[in-house]
Amino acid sequence: MARITMREAISQALWEEMERDENVFIMGQEVGVWGGTYAVTKGFYDHFGGRRVRDTPISEAAIVGAGVGAAMVGVRPVSELMTINFAFVAMDHIVNQAAKIHAMFGGQMRVPLVIRAVGGGGRQLGATHSQTPDAIFAHFPGLKVVAPGTPHDAKGLLKAAIRSDDPVLFIEHATLYQMRGEVPEEDYVEQIGKSKVQREGDDVTIVTYSKGLELSLRAADELSSQGIEVEIIDLRSLRPLDMEPVIASFKKTNRAVVVEEGWRSFGVGSEVASRIYENAFDYVDAPIKRVAQKEVPLPYNRRLEQHALVQMEDIVQAVKEVTYG
Amino acid sequence: MEKNQYLDLYHQMVLIRRIEERSAELYQQGKIGGFLHLYIGQEAVSTGLISVRRPEDRVITAYRDHGVAINCGIPAKQVMAELLGKATGCSKGKGGSMHMADVEKNFWGGHAIVGSHLPIAAGLALGDQYRGLNNVTICMFGDGATNIGFFHEAFNLSKVWDLPVLWVCENNQYGMGTSVERASAVPEIRQKAEGYNMRNARIDGMDLITVRDASLEALEYVRKNGPMLLEIVTYRYRGHSMGDPERYRDSGEIKKWQETDPIGIYRKYLSEKEIASLEEMNEIDTQVDHEVDEAVQFAESSPEPELDELFRDIYVEA
Ligand SMILES: Cc1ncc(C[n+]2csc(CCOP(=O)(O)OP(=O)(O)O)c2C)c(N)n1
Ligand SMILES: [Mg+2]
Repeated sequence: MARITMREAISQALWEEMERDENVFIMGQEVGVWGGTYAVTKGFYDHFGGRRVRDTPISEAAIVGAGVGAAMVGVRPVSELMTINFAFVAMDHIVNQAAKIHAMFGGQMRVPLVIRAVGGGGRQLGATHSQTPDAIFAHFPGLKVVAPGTPHDAKGLLKAAIRSDDPVLFIEHATLYQMRGEVPEEDYVEQIGKSKVQREGDDVTIVTYSKGLELSLRAADELSSQGIEVEIIDLRSLRPLDMEPVIASFKKTNRAVVVEEGWRSFGVGSEVASRIYENAFDYVDAPIKRVAQKEVPLPYNRRLEQHALVQMEDIVQAVKEVTYG
Repeated sequence: MEKNQYLDLYHQMVLIRRIEERSAELYQQGKIGGFLHLYIGQEAVSTGLISVRRPEDRVITAYRDHGVAINCGIPAKQVMAELLGKATGCSKGKGGSMHMADVEKNFWGGHAIVGSHLPIAAGLALGDQYRGLNNVTICMFGDGATNIGFFHEAFNLSKVWDLPVLWVCENNQYGMGTSVERASAVPEIRQKAEGYNMRNARIDGMDLITVRDASLEALEYVRKNGPMLLEIVTYRYRGHSMGDPERYRDSGEIKKWQETDPIGIYRKYLSEKEIASLEEMNEIDTQVDHEVDEAVQFAESSPEPELDELFRDIYVEA
């Protein structure tokens, strides 16, 4: 096992998949000569050349749309969106095309496309550049939505995404790139659509993913020192959404808090909570709590932005509320 | 122009450059956060252009907006305060570097989604045309922005509806690290207007007087006839934003452009034409230093927005 950053894990997954399969190529803004604005594809251009590491114009609809088309004829593009906020420019191709084409033509065509997108707030980038709109993409059948919270999962899930015959939106949280974690030296692939227990505990179930995992793990340490043991389930993908480990955990703890960075309304927490109520109503000991971003466009000012975002303390408090502690 | 007008334009360019240099320092000190896109090298573009707009003409631009904000009349203090995220900033500290605006000054904002403000500009002009007003909307954008669909939809719409928009492309040769040759099918951005049967011109953006004259003519054309594209060729000396590794160009290229520095050219012009002496210009430089110090002091001593501000202005109606 090596301890590497999330950035390195994602970079390695891309590199190894490109080495493994000549059909895999990357296209996006500044992925080549610049080396990726988050340095994920640093060194790729020199090694793989401009045919496989393609700098594009600022044309999100074409970056995704041409990715859809190329995927349909059998190559495996990884289309990169510099940030997920620009996915809205490419929304038709994500939602009306990538997610529909396999079903709409009776299974004749496939779209083995990966769309990598950097998301998340907390860097003072203002309202249009700080969003965590993960949940809305999970609304659409036909699209897979993956959002890892550890280097290990990022590497294994990105490989799975590239090998998948379905379109996958792969969301990377900008403030997790420096996070370190253990990653196996040998080739491995994780399965998309499997939630994972990231910490065991008997008192409260925390359901989360991506940035929420980092915050929840910190909250868990704090709570443990106060005598409350939480179990943390990392969803890892929002669609498919694997509720099995969540329900199993809830049946043990009877209390749950769902933590996400995005807005609460119509969010991941709403979905997870209603599925728990639907599937384990008899086990409910306290109303399920949702911890999420305040319902405002994120401001530039640092203090205000942090006030709007989920903090570790918010999770601690929510856990205490469901334990009536 | 009167002498004081010539000197005002000089003052604006120097003020913008010093504000930008100071912003870079404040960014390094961690006092400015987020993205910071500097305008150094491009000062002559918005200075010449905006100097000939009428107060009722609207201005809208992208995120490289500090210079445009200052030229639209936002005091340097308020620009600095916005950069520091203070309550006294022109967007109350909520917009930051990329989102300066002052509606009273007819400056409709810096916009951070590339190209997204072009259809909005068409809409500003549509609103004016609809109400029978004789305003022009000046819409500034980069070379990179001309490769996104927004650009093409806005150009087409403005032409078929004769909307009074002066489209101004600040062609600084690069969109981030991608040169125009690598990103655009045509080497001159003005050629893109041809496809929409739109009048166009390509001019030197390092020479303030050239920019000013061409802008005046273009504005009057738009006021009478509908949209036009002015491509203004310029160059940014600094990275795209702070922390750009700049692997895409060498320092020789930057040096070459600095030989045609807009402030240098204009100084030479003023002294050769005997409009102003070097001493007079140096005096303005000193005055600008004070102004910038004052702006920074104002910004640093201004209060942070209250936490409640977070929930204000989300909707017009409560
Ligand atoms: C839709 C969209 N895609 C990508 C970006 C990221 N981005 C910000 S600025 C920029 C380059 C724009 O270049 P240009 O239009 O030439 O303006 P300049 O920065 O040179 O002033 C890019 C790619 C963005 N903000 N919006
Ligand atoms: Mg440019």
